Amino acid sequence: MTGAELFIVLFAMIGGAIRVSTPFMFVALGECLTEKSGRINLGHEGNLVLGAMVAYAVSFTTGSPWLGVLAAGGAGLILGAMHGWICALPRVNDIAVGIAFMSFGTGLAFFFGKPFIQPSAPRLEAIGLGDWTGNPAIAQALQVNPLFFVGVALAVFLSWAFANTRWGLILRMTGDSAASARAMGVSIDLVRLLATAAGGFLAGIGGAFLSLYYPGSWNEGLSSGQGLMAVALVIFARWDPIRCVWAALLFGAAGALGPSLQSIGISQGYYFFNAAPYILTLFIMIASARSKSAASDAPGELSIVK
Amino acid sequence: MTLAATLPTPRAPSLETEGMSKIFGPLVALDDVSISVKAGSFHALLGENGAGKSTLVKCIMGFYRADKGRVRLNGAEVSVASPRDARSLGIGMVYQQFTLVPCLTAAENLVISRADAPAIIDWKREREKLAAFMDRMPFRVPLDKRVSALSAGEKQKLEILKLLYLEQRFLILDEPTSVLTPGEADEMLGLLGDMARAGEVTVLMISHKFREVKAFCDSFTVLRRGQLTGSGDAQGATVAEMSAMMIGDTEIRERAARAPRNDSQTVLELASLYADDAEGRPAIHALNLKVKAGEIVGIAGVSGNGQSALVEVLSGQRPLTDGRIFIHAKPFEPKRADFDRFKVFGLPEEPLKNAAVPRMSVAENIAFRSYDKPPITSLGWWLSPGPMRKKAEDLIARYRVKTTSPDSPIEALSGGNIQRAILARELSGDVDVLIVANPCFGLDFASVAEIRTQIMEQRNKGAAVLLVSEDLDEVLELSDRVAVMSGGSVTYVAPIAETDRATIGTYMAGH
Repeated sequence: MTGAELFIVLFAMIGGAIRVSTPFMFVALGECLTEKSGRINLGHEGNLVLGAMVAYAVSFTTGSPWLGVLAAGGAGLILGAMHGWICALPRVNDIAVGIAFMSFGTGLAFFFGKPFIQPSAPRLEAIGLGDWTGNPAIAQALQVNPLFFVGVALAVFLSWAFANTRWGLILRMTGDSAASARAMGVSIDLVRLLATAAGGFLAGIGGAFLSLYYPGSWNEGLSSGQGLMAVALVIFARWDPIRCVWAALLFGAAGALGPSLQSIGISQGYYFFNAAPYILTLFIMIASARSKSAASDAPGELSIVK
Repeated sequence: MTLAATLPTPRAPSLETEGMSKIFGPLVALDDVSISVKAGSFHALLGENGAGKSTLVKCIMGFYRADKGRVRLNGAEVSVASPRDARSLGIGMVYQQFTLVPCLTAAENLVISRADAPAIIDWKREREKLAAFMDRMPFRVPLDKRVSALSAGEKQKLEILKLLYLEQRFLILDEPTSVLTPGEADEMLGLLGDMARAGEVTVLMISHKFREVKAFCDSFTVLRRGQLTGSGDAQGATVAEMSAMMIGDTEIRERAARAPRNDSQTVLELASLYADDAEGRPAIHALNLKVKAGEIVGIAGVSGNGQSALVEVLSGQRPLTDGRIFIHAKPFEPKRADFDRFKVFGLPEEPLKNAAVPRMSVAENIAFRSYDKPPITSLGWWLSPGPMRKKAEDLIARYRVKTTSPDSPIEALSGGNIQRAILARELSGDVDVLIVANPCFGLDFASVAEIRTQIMEQRNKGAAVLLVSEDLDEVLELSDRVAVMSGGSVTYVAPIAETDRATIGTYMAGH
């Protein structure tokens, strides 16, 4: 591998990391928001796939990809709100409901998505950050979708809001000590319903990115478990939105490893490199399960830490 | 001039209840109770467990709706339908369980507790206001630490600060000193007493501790079985009078008789024990202690100084990171085989959680130490329910466990009866080592006497008893030697005759 090739791999990795990380980031931020309220939503895989289908369908029928993004968020919001409402019923386990919603969301998407597999819908436009260099490889690598910046801004906003707004403090209080929240007259079910719905909205947008930008089409094999991996990612990020961005970039970089090596002609072990995010998930789960300080950052009401 | 301008700064209110009654099904929890707490007084509410103290304050706070009766605040009748109403009237309560949010900092906890917390919090301004507020307050708490990192004493102070921050001038404290060292407790009660005398607050304190009532309170009310049995001037009344009102006609319980023993043989030896808590922080640190045969060593200490970790280590619930346990100079591993071999028995705190399987029957729970031995088990694997039931019936009768049947789940029993069932299981055979933790927590007078007698009997028969208790009176009553745990190790050991409450208190505070 020459120096120039290494340079290209590096840029392809950065570009790929940004591209692959965006859906991770949205789902992780949504999951982070949900878990901060003391509930876990394992159904975000369903939000992601349904969001992807709805975004593609709306973009195809209206011609506006941004309308598609909004519709995807709406679909995710509805799924999230349903999850939040069902979990508020007595003796309902949020993990079981989440798994049911994972199947429900993907099933719904497959059912309504059949007619949209063939046609081609307008896609989201990227911003060319590397165009000024005149190097086509770099320009190609630094095509960044605006949603990435939206996600980063959102992470900064959430991080600020958790510490500096009444809503943020109430959300954290509900997630950490339901008894205190109740003693203060906060409706725990309402807070969790809103947090789960908002989290579902973000996960839906993550799906829109999949079908409208990268890989950029709707089919049933579109998601490869990003929605589930985001749960691991949130634990790894210790429920901190900013760390969620870094963790998403790390997962993105791992996911971009295979394609960027292929771009310079190294195709040996392609499938192995493609599996990098899954292997990473596994190791991160083992490492974070062993870390005792991670446990102290977990919201106290979360059913997985109780 | 507007009305607001004429209102004086909030002053301590007075509060009366008139004929409060509350009935839960067949139980009359509160029967026509009228109490009067004067403005600026420090009033003690005394009574045994189940006497109705909590019911009364919960009615005042609006958690329960009284079936009959009225609450008057500053002489005017008020209606309190929910804790929120109580809060807006300036009535606040500190509960036995902390209501602070562990993941928020002290400052965040204070600001968010306000009903008018701003949608966007300007921390610079809030911090200035908090600093000004703290300057007027008698106690200090680090505001930028997460509550989970505060000590129990600091949390308790923060709970009280929170009420004052919310301008609540009628404070109800539910056994506020149970988690504090005697020194901390005296400091806090003294400062509250000063504030009350200055007319800034009125305090109603639920307490079991006559010492504190005599030292700090100016008036008191006693409840027994839901009825008012007395009230008056706390300084004028004697402890004997107050305790007679509390327990009524039943005899004041006698102390368990201590047979003189002069054993010199060390049975249990803890050699330089180390263990971590759930988060990996050291919970026990270089702990050394010896317990002789026929001796009770009582461990005093403020809760959270490693006592529960020590009991968990000894009962095999928590691994040791370093150190050895010896019994009769032989190494002891806290495993079932060694418990049997060395005749080690235990009464952990919260027996339903630590020593029983709640949904299994009383008979099965009683058989936990013997189910795998004859006569219950034959051929090494065949378990017969007949002998198990018979043994349970014997022990239930002998230890007077009140249960509808040996087959009912143990969780259906009352606290005292669960404790008796566990006692029956642990003490019915030969005992060489007995490890006891907070055995009387939450029990009524009669059960307390019985359980302490049982422990003393084991000592008199020659068992080495290690008693861990947060109740200093219990430690002082039962122990032959007193040890103090502070910061995860034993910092002080002395024979009971050569020590006193004040000395123990200074070691408990870590000095």
